[in-house]
Amino acid sequence: MTTLSEDAIWSTLAEVPDPELPHISLVDLGVILRVELDAPARRARVLLMPTFLGCPALQLMREQIAERLALLGLDAQVEVTMEQIWTSDRISESGRSKLAAAGIAPPAPNSTASGHSALIPLLESARCPHCGSRDTTMESLFGPTLCRAIAHCRSCRQPFEQFKPI
Amino acid sequence: MTNEHPQTATQPAASAHTPAASPNPAALRELLLALADDEFIFGFANSEWTGIAPVLEEDIAFSSLAQDELGHARALYELAAALSGTTADALAYGRPPEGFRCAQLVERPRGDWAYSVMRQFLYDTADAVRLHSLRASSYAPLAQTVAGIVREEKYHLLHGQTWLARLAEGGTEARARQAAAFDALWADALALFEPVEGEDLLLAAGVLAEPWAALQQRWIGQLEEPLRRYGLPFPFEEQGALWHPLVAPAYGGRRGLRSPSFQPLYDTITSVYRIDPGAQW
Repeated sequence: MTTLSEDAIWSTLAEVPDPELPHISLVDLGVILRVELDAPARRARVLLMPTFLGCPALQLMREQIAERLALLGLDAQVEVTMEQIWTSDRISESGRSKLAAAGIAPPAPNSTASGHSALIPLLESARCPHCGSRDTTMESLFGPTLCRAIAHCRSCRQPFEQFKPI
Repeated sequence: MTNEHPQTATQPAASAHTPAASPNPAALRELLLALADDEFIFGFANSEWTGIAPVLEEDIAFSSLAQDELGHARALYELAAALSGTTADALAYGRPPEGFRCAQLVERPRGDWAYSVMRQFLYDTADAVRLHSLRASSYAPLAQTVAGIVREEKYHLLHGQTWLARLAEGGTEARARQAAAFDALWADALALFEPVEGEDLLLAAGVLAEPWAALQQRWIGQLEEPLRRYGLPFPFEEQGALWHPLVAPAYGGRRGLRSPSFQPLYDTITSVYRIDPGAQW
């Protein structure tokens, strides 16, 4: 058995795919808030931040984390935390590149722009993952999973999915 | 509705953030159930369009709205469950009809498409107002959960806004159905801000940052511009600094008064639980 360290746990978690977006890992997605290792007891505590609160993948993430850490000989307790709130800005640069490569436009940074009514939120147009154009329209705010919307590119005339900024 | 293991409860640690005046447990429970029941029953109501919405995008939209609301309901039920040592499932499925604290708006039959989308517009604009206020709650578990819910709210607002415009800019029939929908909705929608039992205690403890009457006023103020822009009825009179509704709010839901449409909906929602409360999925 290898030497246990929190770094080793993070490396392992970087190999656990998101159940709904298998192109990126849970670390890319930024949902792991903290890892705590009790090396002598071979126990670990992983704090997981939910994305959309109704996301059915959350339970699967917990199970997959526990299974992968069990392979390191760790008894892992995976806790869902609201201590800090996940936002799509937590997706890593590498995660964003992998999403784009898979044809899913990464989320625009959450706008902090002021001057709009509370009733009319702003949505920036996504960059087309096929041709890179910004000349795109939102076709449907809701898509195949809670975290994805459907957009259309006017330049290359292709539909594409977009990770919703939240 | 949840397969959480009890030993890995998802509630944030309340003890680290206990406010100076600890909230009255009964009043806090009333508040959490009002919020959770609204989301739970409205989520169920929205899911009725799954498979039968007029266009595929709306089928997906209403199904996603429903899924979001059920996720919010679960998070809120878990907070309420932690107060009394029960489970989210037991609260969602194990209470009698009069134990529900939702506004009657959410339990009405879905009606026609105009009614459903305008109900969604009014519900989510009202929900946004109360959620933004609850972010300042002194009860940290609630403030944290609300911060999570608020992130998702902009998509609900955009959806409602889009249909407000689409029907208003549509043909004669669309406009007529939209106007009829608003006529049918106002009394129920205003009652989303019916005060919960023990509101004074919650205000004193800072669990509520503002009275719900003040939130109702803010919501009405926010609706004025879009409704006037589309030439839709705005049934309020300005009296001093306050909006006075010309339609009497249909209060009672927060005290457990259920309308006749609740029972069939309740029977459907609880059918499996009543057969086997401990069923594992």
